[in-house]
Amino acid sequence: MTVSANQAGDIPPVEIPDGELVEERLVLWYFYAALAYLFISMAGGLMMALQLVEWNPLQGSEYLSPGRWRMIHTNAVAYGFIANAFLGALHWAVPRLTLRPVASRRLSYFIFDAWQIVVLSTAVGILFGHAQGIEWGETPTWIDPLALAGLALVAFNFMVPIAKTTGPLYVTLWYFMAAFVWTFLTYAMGNFMPEYYVPGSSGGAIAGLFIHDLVGLFVTPLAWGLMYYFVPILLKKPIWSHGLSLVGFWGLAFFYPLNGIHHFLYTPIPMFLQYGAVVATIAVEMVVTTVIINFFATIWGSTRQLVTNLPIRWFYSGMVLYFVTCAQCAMQVTLTFQKLIHFTDWVVGHAHLVMFGVFRVWFFGMMTYLFPRLLRAPWYSRTLCEWHYWLSIGGITVMFIDLGLAGMFQGYYWASLRPWDESVIGSQPFWMIRLFSGLAIIAGQITFVYNLFMTWRLSRKAPAWSTALATA
Amino acid sequence: MFESKSGVLLIGGLGFFLFAFLSNAVVPILLYRHLPEQSVEQLVENNQNLMYQFEDLYVRYPETFKKYYGEPTQEAAAEALRLGRQVYIGEGCWHCHSQFVRPVSNESDRWGKVAFSEEYQNELQRPVMFGTRRVGPDLSREGGRRGNDWHAVHFFDPPLVSPNSPMPKYTWFYDGLSFDALLARLEQQDPKLLETLKAELGDDLAAKRAEVVAQLQARRPELAAELEASPDAPNKRGLAIITYVQWLGSWLEQYPDYENYVPLDEEMENPLE
Ligand code: HEC
Repeated sequence: MTVSANQAGDIPPVEIPDGELVEERLVLWYFYAALAYLFISMAGGLMMALQLVEWNPLQGSEYLSPGRWRMIHTNAVAYGFIANAFLGALHWAVPRLTLRPVASRRLSYFIFDAWQIVVLSTAVGILFGHAQGIEWGETPTWIDPLALAGLALVAFNFMVPIAKTTGPLYVTLWYFMAAFVWTFLTYAMGNFMPEYYVPGSSGGAIAGLFIHDLVGLFVTPLAWGLMYYFVPILLKKPIWSHGLSLVGFWGLAFFYPLNGIHHFLYTPIPMFLQYGAVVATIAVEMVVTTVIINFFATIWGSTRQLVTNLPIRWFYSGMVLYFVTCAQCAMQVTLTFQKLIHFTDWVVGHAHLVMFGVFRVWFFGMMTYLFPRLLRAPWYSRTLCEWHYWLSIGGITVMFIDLGLAGMFQGYYWASLRPWDESVIGSQPFWMIRLFSGLAIIAGQITFVYNLFMTWRLSRKAPAWSTALATA
Repeated sequence: MFESKSGVLLIGGLGFFLFAFLSNAVVPILLYRHLPEQSVEQLVENNQNLMYQFEDLYVRYPETFKKYYGEPTQEAAAEALRLGRQVYIGEGCWHCHSQFVRPVSNESDRWGKVAFSEEYQNELQRPVMFGTRRVGPDLSREGGRRGNDWHAVHFFDPPLVSPNSPMPKYTWFYDGLSFDALLARLEQQDPKLLETLKAELGDDLAAKRAEVVAQLQARRPELAAELEASPDAPNKRGLAIITYVQWLGSWLEQYPDYENYVPLDEEMENPLE
């Protein structure tokens, strides 16, 4: 196989024996694991949605407690789905960008196993009531050191090929490299400091940094790095402006870490720090706009691909929703908005928009693109792929609008000083719509998995296509 | 520099992260260093409000209280508070309830004094339980607003005392009633049935436990179910979470804090007031 090095500047094409570069089986495994956790997570979300409309049939068992499953819901998405999908995608992208395999194949498999143990024990720990009191960091305290060691190994495994490259680095690799450092530091900071060293408001400031950095310094840079990698390949043209990519990366690197305290506005955290976080958040929105402009300028002239090329459609839908999320962010972070929407379902809608509407949507794009290549068989049904797309995008759009409205209603109910129950009763119609938009999303993922299963069966039936995989 | 490995790793990766950490985490730590962290024992000491509630639990639920905590001493209260915090975290209460009152949106009318730093400088607020979502109300001034028995019933089955409540049931915070207590309950609630049972099974019902339970399951199933779990028998975790909830806000002068709420029709009688 000849890999053209169009990503890596002026390095000439390198001859690499088939199957040596990318460990395709591992990419597949990671994606399968990610999908499995996705379903666990959706089960948790569904249970909470049913609880809120008082339809939860599974009352009375401590292991089916909606409160615990809510934490499984978020942790399974962050560490089960997103982290696994990232690791899969990184195992595909990093060797191709650097033209070198990862540090050690055995280490890769070891990390795969270790990470599944980390995620599973997190879920079991939470189920048994051992959650840690840090949002997005509910991983029981005894797992934290293991997870941290795992993150260090991941960084090592991918940094070795990156370190060996010479010449200027492509944007994607800046994001990846920075993310390896940030993820490790963020995880260490958020899981240890507020738990063992820093009580009260200042601990809250750190917990806020953690919530935010996990999205902003772990998920966001890896995800944008992958967009900078996949979009030009799929569109067969380079990114529009290198200068804007620089602005995007360095703007994110500087402003994003300064945002954390905006999760706890109007708390006893010193007010000047809250103002600082508000200003930095609005700055992030400016930076995001440059990135979005860069990507839309890139597709300019090839917009037909939004219809014909499903992965590209996934990617750009995610970008539109990303822009919506960030625009929303710049508004809701202001203290004026906070009065009304903090603590309400508005924030829940925001979180779903970014975690599902952006990052998961991007991953579905990558998976839609990569599964046929990994399985060496075309998708069983293009129609089902379309169903997956429309159910997911439709579901999340309805959910987002619905929860945003619910949030405003709740905010006014509370400020009106009417009894609390009235806000709960007033939320019921919104919660009902949320339940059904969630069911649409779940249905979309079921079509996807069914389609994948049939594609896998096809790949087994066409042995000539799959031998390469078996020997890889 | 902006595209080189060392630039990305050292300036972007390490440098900016540290800058944010110093300005957003170390600064508040330094600002609050004059407020040392209090241990749970220190919190319990001199907190009459909390000890009153703890003793009330002892009086109301003597059987389970003695079994799990012995006497209502300060040490026992500290133990209950620690466990209560664990339960609060482990059950995810903090994802439906906040623990800070903001100075906006009329929150101080509903819940009382706006949150201030000193309140949070203690062991039970490490990690701090600010919370980010309110499905249910803020709890930081919950102490004393409701009786222990209200809480016991509420955790057992929230809609019983709070119709339409979407809060989950926490039946695992409860033991079953003892058989004797069940008989006493029957005598109170349905003396006729007790008579009938005695007529059928003989006077010494305690000796015919299996038959009595079978009869009750047929005729008064909700009573028989209390042998499994009863709101009158909060277990170790149940007593702990009630203690924890009663602790919240118990350090304030304005205690207990009832919300400033005027029913709408009353408000409308003198709309200009
Ligand atoms: C699904 C979200 C949810 C979860 C989880 C939840 N609650 Fe609630 N809680 C509510 C709602 C809604 C109310 C208001 C209705 C009511 O009184 O039941 C409430 C009310 C309360 C009240 C009464 C407040 C008052 O004085 O009116 C207390 C105390 C309370 N919850 C404590 C807890 C504790 C402790 C936990 C964890 C064991 C918990 N809640 C878990 C939603 C929740």
